[in-house]
Amino acid sequence: MNLTNLFDEIARVDPEVYDRVDARRGVINRFARMGSRLAAAAVPVALGGLFNKAYGQQLPTNVLEVLNFALSLEHLESRFYQTAVGTPGLVPAKDKITVIRDHEMKHVTFLQQAITSAGGTPVAEGKYDFTGKGTFPNVFSDYKQFLQVAQAFEDTGVGAYKGQASALKSSNALLTYALQIHSVEGRHAAHIRFIRMVNGYAKVKPWIVGDDNTKGTPTERIYQRESDHRQVLINLRGIGGYDVGDAATSSFDEPLHKDEVLAIVKPFLA
Amino acid sequence: MSFFSPPPPLALAPPPVGLLRRSFLKFTGLGVAGVALAAAGCRISKDEETNSVEVGKHDLAVLNYAYALEQLEGAYYEKVVAGFYAGATAMEKDLLTDIRNDEIAHREWFREVLVLKKVPRLEFDFSSINFTDRRSVLTTARTFEDLGVSAYNGAGQLLTLSPFLNHAGKIVSVEARHAATIRNLLAFGSFADSDVVDANGLDVVRTPPQVMALADKYFVTKVKVDELPTH
Repeated sequence: MNLTNLFDEIARVDPEVYDRVDARRGVINRFARMGSRLAAAAVPVALGGLFNKAYGQQLPTNVLEVLNFALSLEHLESRFYQTAVGTPGLVPAKDKITVIRDHEMKHVTFLQQAITSAGGTPVAEGKYDFTGKGTFPNVFSDYKQFLQVAQAFEDTGVGAYKGQASALKSSNALLTYALQIHSVEGRHAAHIRFIRMVNGYAKVKPWIVGDDNTKGTPTERIYQRESDHRQVLINLRGIGGYDVGDAATSSFDEPLHKDEVLAIVKPFLA
Repeated sequence: MSFFSPPPPLALAPPPVGLLRRSFLKFTGLGVAGVALAAAGCRISKDEETNSVEVGKHDLAVLNYAYALEQLEGAYYEKVVAGFYAGATAMEKDLLTDIRNDEIAHREWFREVLVLKKVPRLEFDFSSINFTDRRSVLTTARTFEDLGVSAYNGAGQLLTLSPFLNHAGKIVSVEARHAATIRNLLAFGSFADSDVVDANGLDVVRTPPQVMALADKYFVTKVKVDELPTH
């Protein structure tokens, strides 16, 4: 039984299943055209010097767009943490916000190099309004509010990388690098949430429980899918005879699509 | 289970079912092609002589590899929560119970989504762990969570189908949240230390053989991943 052929067959018969789950027609079309092993050979690229050395060709525009989209988010996060850490008296040293700042700065450099090496032009850093047009007026004077915005950025980052994963399938290297950044953002999100939890600043866990009671608040769009307790029709409530409680929603993080991410960060662009 | 009886998850499907069921069947590799798959006898059975299972290759094998790791994590936290270590705080009990529930949800989800082609329930050996000792329990948890993150990060590129990749992505960030939390319980601020995040700000990635080699001592039923591609 050749599973590769089987999947090929499925994709040809019914591409809508991919539409529903990942909503990126380009991926499906490439898939249908090239067959299911596209990940192995379709657009062979790697990062840094590997690009030119191994292949000497440019990345497709849409992949470069994904990388620049990721870079624009990393710029935002990087400037946010640099500003916070540079603000006297805001961030307690013991909370290691500097670790997160350093990672975001490295992500910026890494993505800039990747895009340049691939023949693209890295987007420049933007101008930001971290108050979110006045929604978080004390973001750099009230540590609790800073953490609230930090959590919003980290959870958005996690959802954003997740939403782009399948758009990077044409390159094993790029997909893997994106996943490696994605899980670091997940660690950051958990840490920010952990700080808020142990200090009693907010009723949150390191993981996202339902929509975290954000309905009607400025951050609700980040958690718009998180209340879903079904994954591909499988109900996680009572799954396998187990009462998993809040894990019916917390056990799976949900993706955010590009337009959703842009809408979420829009108030933070000056 | 008969190959032609509807898979159990469908009983839970809400209306309107028609379109969704079709997609679900495609997702799980059933449907018309799935009948062929079942007829070809693709169930994964245990080799009793060597007490091992071979996951095979391609996407369903990658998912079975993930399923095996979720079984390991689930069984571990079930034991942790069944009798907490001495001095466990209310917060620690709460967080570890949450993590146990997440891992059970992952495990049982894989068990259902892999309708036919799945590895059996596996046996584990946790004799190297002192479940009454906080440090022993949490350092093992840290190992499992960091290992899980690196495993999913390495498995992404092995998955050819977007729905599978997307769902692996939904799980791995939750594992990363667990990892950061356990690390913070062990040493606050170590959520993303340099032993797991490199100079480029990237998390660890491991191939299936690298992961299984590190987890080997916990598996009584051995899981063979030799046929999986590593890149």
